[in-house]
Amino acid sequence: MATTLPKLDSQGSPNSNGKSVMNRRAFLRASALVGGGMMLAYYIEPVTKVMAAQFGPPVTLLPTSFITITPDGTITIIAKNPEIGQGVKTMLPMMIAEELDADWKDVRIEQGDLNAKYGLQIAGGSTSTPMNWDPLRQVGAGGRAMLIAAAAQTWGVPASECSTTASRVHHDPTGHSLTYGELASKAATMPPPDPKALKLKDPKDYRIIGKTTPNPDIHKIVTGKPLYGIDFTMPGMLYANYEKCPVFGGKVKSANLEEVKALPGIRHAFIVEPGPDPSALAGGVAIVADSWYQARYARDNKLKVEWDEGPTAAQSSQLYASTSVELAKKEPGQVLRKDGDADTAIGSAAHVVEAAYSYPFLSHVPLEPQNCSAYYKNGKLEVWAPSQTPSTGLSQTARALGIDQKDITVHLTRIGGGFGRRLTDDYMVEAAIIAKQVGAPVKLLWTREQDMAHDYYRPAGFHFLKGGVDKNGKIVAWRNHFVTFGDNGRFAQSAGLSGEEFPSRFISNFSQLASMMPSGVPMGAMRAPGSNAIAFVMQSFIDELAHAAGKDPVQFRLDLLASTPLPVAAPPPGTPVAFAPVAFDAPRMRAALTTVAERSGWGKRKLPAGSAMGVAFHFSHRGYFAEVADVHVSPSKAVKVNKVWVVGDIGSQVINPGAAQNITQGAVIDAMSHAMGYEITIDAGRAVQSNFHQYPPLRITSAPVDIDVYFLKTDNPPTGLGEPGLPPMIPALTNAIFAATGQRVRSLPLQQHGYSWA
Amino acid sequence: MSYTLTVNGRTTTVDVPAETPLLWVIRDILDLKGTKYGCGMALCGCCTVHINGEATRSCTTSIESAAGKHITTLEGLSEDGTHPVQIAWQEIDVPQCGYCQAGQMMTASALLAKNPHPTDAEIDAAMDGNICRCGTYLRIRKAVKRAAEVHAKQTVQTLNADLIASAKA
Repeated sequence: MATTLPKLDSQGSPNSNGKSVMNRRAFLRASALVGGGMMLAYYIEPVTKVMAAQFGPPVTLLPTSFITITPDGTITIIAKNPEIGQGVKTMLPMMIAEELDADWKDVRIEQGDLNAKYGLQIAGGSTSTPMNWDPLRQVGAGGRAMLIAAAAQTWGVPASECSTTASRVHHDPTGHSLTYGELASKAATMPPPDPKALKLKDPKDYRIIGKTTPNPDIHKIVTGKPLYGIDFTMPGMLYANYEKCPVFGGKVKSANLEEVKALPGIRHAFIVEPGPDPSALAGGVAIVADSWYQARYARDNKLKVEWDEGPTAAQSSQLYASTSVELAKKEPGQVLRKDGDADTAIGSAAHVVEAAYSYPFLSHVPLEPQNCSAYYKNGKLEVWAPSQTPSTGLSQTARALGIDQKDITVHLTRIGGGFGRRLTDDYMVEAAIIAKQVGAPVKLLWTREQDMAHDYYRPAGFHFLKGGVDKNGKIVAWRNHFVTFGDNGRFAQSAGLSGEEFPSRFISNFSQLASMMPSGVPMGAMRAPGSNAIAFVMQSFIDELAHAAGKDPVQFRLDLLASTPLPVAAPPPGTPVAFAPVAFDAPRMRAALTTVAERSGWGKRKLPAGSAMGVAFHFSHRGYFAEVADVHVSPSKAVKVNKVWVVGDIGSQVINPGAAQNITQGAVIDAMSHAMGYEITIDAGRAVQSNFHQYPPLRITSAPVDIDVYFLKTDNPPTGLGEPGLPPMIPALTNAIFAATGQRVRSLPLQQHGYSWA
Repeated sequence: MSYTLTVNGRTTTVDVPAETPLLWVIRDILDLKGTKYGCGMALCGCCTVHINGEATRSCTTSIESAAGKHITTLEGLSEDGTHPVQIAWQEIDVPQCGYCQAGQMMTASALLAKNPHPTDAEIDAAMDGNICRCGTYLRIRKAVKRAAEVHAKQTVQTLNADLIASAKA
C-alpha cells in the first residue's frame, strides 16, 4: 500500500496534466451496449425491443433452422444460446418441442454454433426466456403445421381435420396416423407458415413446459466426456498462456523472450501489442508450447517482463474510499431523481437515520478459467469459445485480426460458469491473435490467478444515505448520494444507478443523487448487475428506518409498497422508445412479500437465543423476489444460515421447475459468498487477491439445510431466472444479523467485521 | 523422466519432468478430460482423483509422487454411468454448469467406499474441499445419500448373486 495517496482534483483525476485517467475502455464498453443494455434491461421492457435497439431487429426464426427429424423418428432440436449452467440448453428446446407436439423421449438436443439464422445468441440479463418465449414456441408450432400439411397432402384430407399427439399426426375421420419420422421428408418441403398466424397451445395442454426435465448433458457430465471449452482438442494443437500487465491498462516494455524460448517444449514466445479496442485485447506476452503445463511453467519460472504500468498504478481501493467521502461532502454531480424536498423533510422528521454504505469490487470466478481454442488457416478463422456473447466476440475478433466476420466460424462450447464474466470476450480475441501468429491450432488457457487479476469486476460503490420517518412510522424523506465510478457524466460499466430504483416513487420527498470518480479498473456486469449491490443498500436502509420507526420489518415494507407511487420520470429527450423505463409493479411485490412471510412463519416462530429472521425484496430483470433468512449468530460472530425462504414472481409459467429450483437455490448460495467473503482490493492499480484462499466461495458446510423456493403464478409473460433470485438474499442475511445481534452491517464483506461462517 | 502409473486399470508410461502435476498428465497426455483444472492450488477440488483409493488433488500432486500408484479418474468410476455416485448424480440432476461435478463425484465415491452410510455431518465434512460455484450443495447432499442407497442395493444384489452362484456350485 502506498504511504501517500495522490489527491484527486475536481474531476477526480490524479493526473497533473488535467487529463482524466479514466480508461477509455469504460466508454468503449459502455457504448458496446451489451453491458449497458444489461444495466438498462432491469427496468425496461419489452426486452425484445431493447435487444433490437442493441443488436438490430430480430430475424424471423424458421422451423427448419432448429428442427431436424429423421425417418427413424429422432427429433434433433438446436439449443441456440450459450449454456453457462442456467439451463437454457434444456429450457429453450422444451419451448420448441412443446409446440411441435413432440414426444420428449424422441428429442435430441444439439448446441448451435453462432449463426444469424438462430437470432441473437446471448447468455445475459436473464433474457433467454423473455426473448425466446414467443419466437421459439412459434418455431415449434410452425414445424407442427408443416408436419400436418405433409400428412394432409399424403391423405388428401383438409389440414384442419388433422391433429397431433406425441410425435404423431392423426386424421380421426379416416383413422389415418403417421409418425413425425414417417412424415419428415415430405414436411421439409412444405412452406413454413407465417409465425403470426399460428395458434399456440393453451398452457393447460402443456406436456413438456412446466414439467421438470433433466439436463441433456447429464450423462456426459457424470462420465467425464469432453464438453467444455477447456476440453477441446484437435490434431496438431499447441497450448498457450498469455501474461498481461498486473496493473490494469499497462503494456509490455520488454520481455526475456529468448530465455523463455530456450525451455523444453516452448514453440513460440512473443509480445502482443494492445488491439484497436484495448478492452478487447490488452497487450501482453504469449507463450505457446507443446503442452499447457510447459507454457505455464515458463510463465511462472522463467518469464521476466518489464511493464509500462501506466497511470492506474497510482490508484487503490483506499484512494477510492477516501475520495468517495470527499465527494459525498460536495454537491452531487448528477441528480438522478428529485421529488419534493428531502433535505427539508429530514429536518422535520420524528426519527432521522444517517448511514454510509459501501461494497467492494468483486471477481466473477467461474470455476472454468478463461480459455478459447482457435485455428487460423488461409485467411479464415475457426474458434471454439466458452462465451456468453459470441456475436460480440466475433466482431471484436474480426476487428483485431483485420478480417471479415464472414471468414470467422464460432463454435459454442458448454461453459463452466459465466456469472457475467464471459459477456466480455477478451480470451477469444487473444486466442485468435495467437493462433494467427503461430499458424497452428491453439488452445489458450489462463491460470486462476490470471483470471482473478484480469476480470471486468463488479464495481465497488459508496452510498451516503439520510432518511426520516414521521411519528406514525411512515418514511417521509430519503436522500441517497451515490458515489461511484465514471467520468464526464457517464457511469462506468455496470456502475450506474437508476433514478427509478426502489424506493424511488414511493416516498414523497426523495433525492437520488450521484457523483463519479474515474478509475482504470476494468468493470463489467456480474450476475444481477447493479442489483447485486443496490439491493443490499436499499433493503438494509429500509430496515434501519423500520427499526427507527419501531415497526415490524415486513409490515413496514408492506406499508411502503401500499402507498400510491409517483409517476415514472420521462426518459431524457432522444431516448429510444425501447429504453423507456417501466413502472415497478408494487402489487406483485406485495404478493411476493406476503407469501414469503407466510411460508417462513414470519413473526410467528419462537427462535432460540442468538437466532433471528431477516427479510428483503428486490425487483430486477423483470422478476419480483422476496426472501427471508433464518440466521444464528454466536457471541464470537460465527454465522449459521439455518434456512432461507424464496418467493419469486416470474410470470405465468415456470418452464423447467426442477432447474428453476436448482438455480434459485444457487443464487442464494452465491449471495452468501458475496456477503461473507468476496472482496477484490485494488492496490497500486492491481487486484490484491489471487486465488480462492483469499476469495472464498461458500462451501458445503456453510450451506443452509434447506432453501425453500416457491413461485407465484401471475398473469404476466414468463421472464428469466438467472439473476433476480440473488440480490435480496444479501440484505435478508445482514438484516437477520441485525435482528439477532443489534449490529448493523453497512459495508461488505462480513469477514471485514469479524464475522465468519459457523 | 519416464514414469509408470496405472490409470483406470491401464498401466501407462509417460515422459515428463518430475514436477509436472498429475492433472496435466491426465488431461493433456492421457487425454482424459473429466478431471478439471480450477485453481492449481488444491483449493477448489475440481481436479480430485483417487490415488490408491484416497481422494487427492491432482493439480498439486507431481507425477513423480504419483508414479507406481493406482489412479482412478471420473472415467474410471464407470464408462457407462452406472457407478452408484454417477447414478445418483443423474437421478438428482445435480449440476448447473457441471464443471466441478467430476471432483464432487470423486470425493463422494471415496467417502462412500470407506463409509457406506455417512451422516449429514460426515457428508459435509468430506465434501467441504470441493467448491461448487453454482451452489448445488443441497443437491450434492441429496445425491451422496442417494448414492449410498444405490450402493447398498447393488451390494445386496451382488451378495445375492454370489450366494446363488455358490449354492449352484
